[in-house]
Amino acid sequence: MRTHDQSVRGWSFVTPALLWTLAFFVVPFLVMGAMSLATLEGRTLIWGLSLANYAEIAEKAYIWRAFFVSLEITLIVTVVSILLAYPLAWIIAFRVPPKWQRLALLLAVLPFWTSYVVRSYAWLLVLAREGAINQAMLGLGLISEPLTLANTRFATVTGFVHFFVMLLTLTIYANLIQLSPNYRRAAMDLGASAFQTFRHVILPLTLPGVVTGAFLTFVLCIGDYVTPQILGGNSELTVPQVIMVQLGRRADFPLASALAIALMAIVTLAYLASARWLRLDRL
Amino acid sequence: MTRLSALFLTTSAISLSAGSVFAEGELNALVWCDHTDPALIEPFEAEHNVKVNLREYEGTGAALALLEQSRPGDWDVLVIDGIDVFRAVEADMLAPLDTTQLPMSDIFPEVVMDENNTIDGVTYAVTEKFGYNTISYNSAKVDEADMQSLATVWSEKYDGRISIYDYYLPVMGLAAIAGDIATADIGSGDLEPIGEILTTMRSRAASVAGVVAAQTALATGEVDIVVGGGEWLTAVLAEEQPELTWTIPQEGAVRWAQSIGIVEGSANPDLALEFIKYIMSPEGQSRLATSSCFWGMPANSMAGDVLTDAQKETLRWDSQTDYLGLTQLYPAPDADLDIEMQDLWLETLQQ
Repeated sequence: MRTHDQSVRGWSFVTPALLWTLAFFVVPFLVMGAMSLATLEGRTLIWGLSLANYAEIAEKAYIWRAFFVSLEITLIVTVVSILLAYPLAWIIAFRVPPKWQRLALLLAVLPFWTSYVVRSYAWLLVLAREGAINQAMLGLGLISEPLTLANTRFATVTGFVHFFVMLLTLTIYANLIQLSPNYRRAAMDLGASAFQTFRHVILPLTLPGVVTGAFLTFVLCIGDYVTPQILGGNSELTVPQVIMVQLGRRADFPLASALAIALMAIVTLAYLASARWLRLDRL
Repeated sequence: MTRLSALFLTTSAISLSAGSVFAEGELNALVWCDHTDPALIEPFEAEHNVKVNLREYEGTGAALALLEQSRPGDWDVLVIDGIDVFRAVEADMLAPLDTTQLPMSDIFPEVVMDENNTIDGVTYAVTEKFGYNTISYNSAKVDEADMQSLATVWSEKYDGRISIYDYYLPVMGLAAIAGDIATADIGSGDLEPIGEILTTMRSRAASVAGVVAAQTALATGEVDIVVGGGEWLTAVLAEEQPELTWTIPQEGAVRWAQSIGIVEGSANPDLALEFIKYIMSPEGQSRLATSSCFWGMPANSMAGDVLTDAQKETLRWDSQTDYLGLTQLYPAPDADLDIEMQDLWLETLQQ
């Protein structure tokens, strides 16, 4: 039976985290929720319980399109990042000698060390018509005219994938490294091929790492403003870009808040869809 | 006029603390990025033995929101889009400005902008810098004759070689001018023809880009034309790439202007006025005009005595009389029209 002292000690450990969550998540979220129910009449903010902002979201085609664009880009980035990160994590975990694994991981996360904004502009230069990729392909005779790579969805996805492959590599590697080699040996002993071992043993066991990284990728990607703004060239707008436009000149915080709440609803759905496999404690 | 470069190039708060650590006072200014150039601020700090704390912002809405959330006295000086001075005054965020201490008679008459800076007979701000949202281009890559008419700038000939500056007011102003609609007269009924021109413009464009991205695109050859560009976009590149230049087409272009005033409730109104006097002085004006963030014409004509010949050439000093006559102040919509214009802009981008 818990004693009073144990209870006090327990609360003393938990209270800082609770206060932190209360101050930096619950309260801001409630303020944002209340703001989304306010309206902007002319330049005046009117507090109330209006659903006008949500109705505006439902009515305006360009906002709907922004949600579709955000979802499409996020899903493409997540899938491509997983496909690239899994083999990389596998190689680091099982092909790189243990004494070199730390260095390999360090190299994998090296791009994290540079500024996100600078990295995005660097990609813009690399993908430009006179950038490294086009010049290399022209030099090799693979193309006769420079390709339009910058200021496109391809550029946005490339910038994102570069970032999130690193993140996913870490979460998948953390999962792979915890697997006992006995699982693979047992599967092989029972006659499973390498592919069957992977398909029926390794992959299911590493799914939590994959899903955890995928969820983080989804959350960070769908809410990101910088990459699509710099690399996408406004060839299409994502939801964060639409939110920024509401704030810049008109300071329409109510509509921006409603858009942010809607975005959060999508993230919540993604969480519910992946909750079964999520293992955030393994990060 | 928004300056997206502020977002990408700097953190939100910049303190230029070249002054003594024993500074007697501090001045807090909410500014555009051109004011963060140490070459502009340090002489004032040294002369007055104060520290000037500068915070950049993007968009008038963001600035007004910031002021609303601040306590009286937190801010002393506000730099604001000339067309939005009335918004700050309506929100009681600007204090009356004693213009008797400012060189008002030296300001180019066309940019005094009493209709913007003075409300009900009270002056709240003074124009400090202006320039043009017009056409920047690479003279080595395009036919310069084509750049002299808006009808040919975004023609099929330049399909995929154009970037559009990512701010709806000046670009829609240019579209209005192309459609023979005065920027001051834009109303809801004009949005349809403006939208058609925007659609054509957009269909030819490779990107819609902020300041840095547009500069990068032009400098790297990604595009050859920036619609909505001007001296503020190409001047900082002129030394290394003189082929990057700008012009005002025969139909005209859009003129931007930024104003400076004292924030209502300033804790240091006297120091704030001294700062504005410095900014409006020929020396301050020449430094502001050639700020490392972006160049623009000084409002005070006497700055011409301080600027070098090369700087004046880059700014097209001698052509200003013609340019001022050719250009129109960019649209200053009321709240409802602003929503419609913003919606039209976003719809066009999503096409």
